[in-house]
Amino acid sequence: MDDLIYLIEPMIPALRRYARSLVRDRALADDLVQDCLERVISQWSTRRDVNSTRSWVFAILHNLAMNALRVTRARASHISLDDVEESDLIARDTQEDQLHYGELLRAIDALPNEQKSVLLLVSVEDMSYADVAKILGVPIGTVMSRLSRGRAKLLNLIEGDEAVSSRPVLRSVK
Amino acid sequence: MNLDRPIREEDLLAYVDEILDADMRARVERYLEMHPDVAHRVRGYIRQRSDMRAAFAPIAQEPIPAELNVARLVETHKLSRAPMSWKVAASVVLAFSLGGTGGWFARGTPDDPTGVSALAREAVSNYQVYAADHIRPVELRADNSRALVSWVSQRLNSAISVPDLTSSGYRYMGGRLVATEHGPAGLFMYDDDKGTRVTLLVRPMKVQGQMKMVPHSQDGVKGYSWADRGLGYSLMSSADAVSIHDLANEVRQQLESHRTS
Repeated sequence: MDDLIYLIEPMIPALRRYARSLVRDRALADDLVQDCLERVISQWSTRRDVNSTRSWVFAILHNLAMNALRVTRARASHISLDDVEESDLIARDTQEDQLHYGELLRAIDALPNEQKSVLLLVSVEDMSYADVAKILGVPIGTVMSRLSRGRAKLLNLIEGDEAVSSRPVLRSVK
Repeated sequence: MNLDRPIREEDLLAYVDEILDADMRARVERYLEMHPDVAHRVRGYIRQRSDMRAAFAPIAQEPIPAELNVARLVETHKLSRAPMSWKVAASVVLAFSLGGTGGWFARGTPDDPTGVSALAREAVSNYQVYAADHIRPVELRADNSRALVSWVSQRLNSAISVPDLTSSGYRYMGGRLVATEHGPAGLFMYDDDKGTRVTLLVRPMKVQGQMKMVPHSQDGVKGYSWADRGLGYSLMSSADAVSIHDLANEVRQQLESHRTS
């Protein structure tokens, strides 16, 4: 399992970032990453696609995070947005940046999970569209339409309608 | 690539993500010069992408917490899979209990899919849902234990007692009534100082009402299940197998002495 340590350890910062950008809670995000790592370890010798370890690992984490979000949403629908702050998400930065990102983070939270995850995997984690399709188990056309709609919606949420006056023309491919 | 085809939305997205080759990038830039409204939107996307990267970048700079040390997780995994730990331990339990004084005998086969193995799977599902829950893992907390026990006992139509695992380092958190394929069950939860959670699922058994302790491991959750005088018990945790086995023995002992007393 030496190759496992060698291949997986460098991914951990990105795994933590992806988990926390989705669930927005440090402890829960790290629990998800630990759960993911335990699965990676126990399935290491039986994994099928040896050439795309990174998307395989991200797919495990993504599915765990989606499950956690479903459970959390079902039990926490009464918790107001004000209770969920981004305070522990962002390391110290300038005051202005924090305010700015606070608005961005709230807007990201408002996106449907399917658009949010595509946006995060592509924009933050630098995943190729093909890898994102593999992680989510959807056709690449679906990834492109979610990315297109997610970017338009996020821009709209932050900058208002006029920012998206030229409508994206990509049709949704379900 | 056909350089005459019209610009697509995909090209604009790929432009934002900086993955176009030089020719295509130049074409998109010419297009944007001629279409200021699209250019305005694309600039917004570029700003959005760089803001997202900046907002989440600090997380990847944090030192990795000790729980996420891969080498250590691999070691733990090897230990829990050591061939001597679990199956042999279980068969030793069986060997000692067959013909012993504890009334500890197997009835039915261990792989009857409706018996203790179903109980174990139900215990894993409930562990995954409730032990992973950070908001309300238990419905009635330990300080309301009497109400919980009488509620569960009434629904299960059996007197249920809750083992005390303080001496093994696990605090009793509380519990709830849960649904299984085989009717209602009581779920009791414990945690240790590191936050490792352990759940005990209890329900009446229609088959295999008396069954030796059998190990079960599924999706990173491990534990032991058994049945005694018509009640099935399944203890599940993400902790390592050896310590759960000790814990399961402790639980079984307490429940046995409680029911015979």
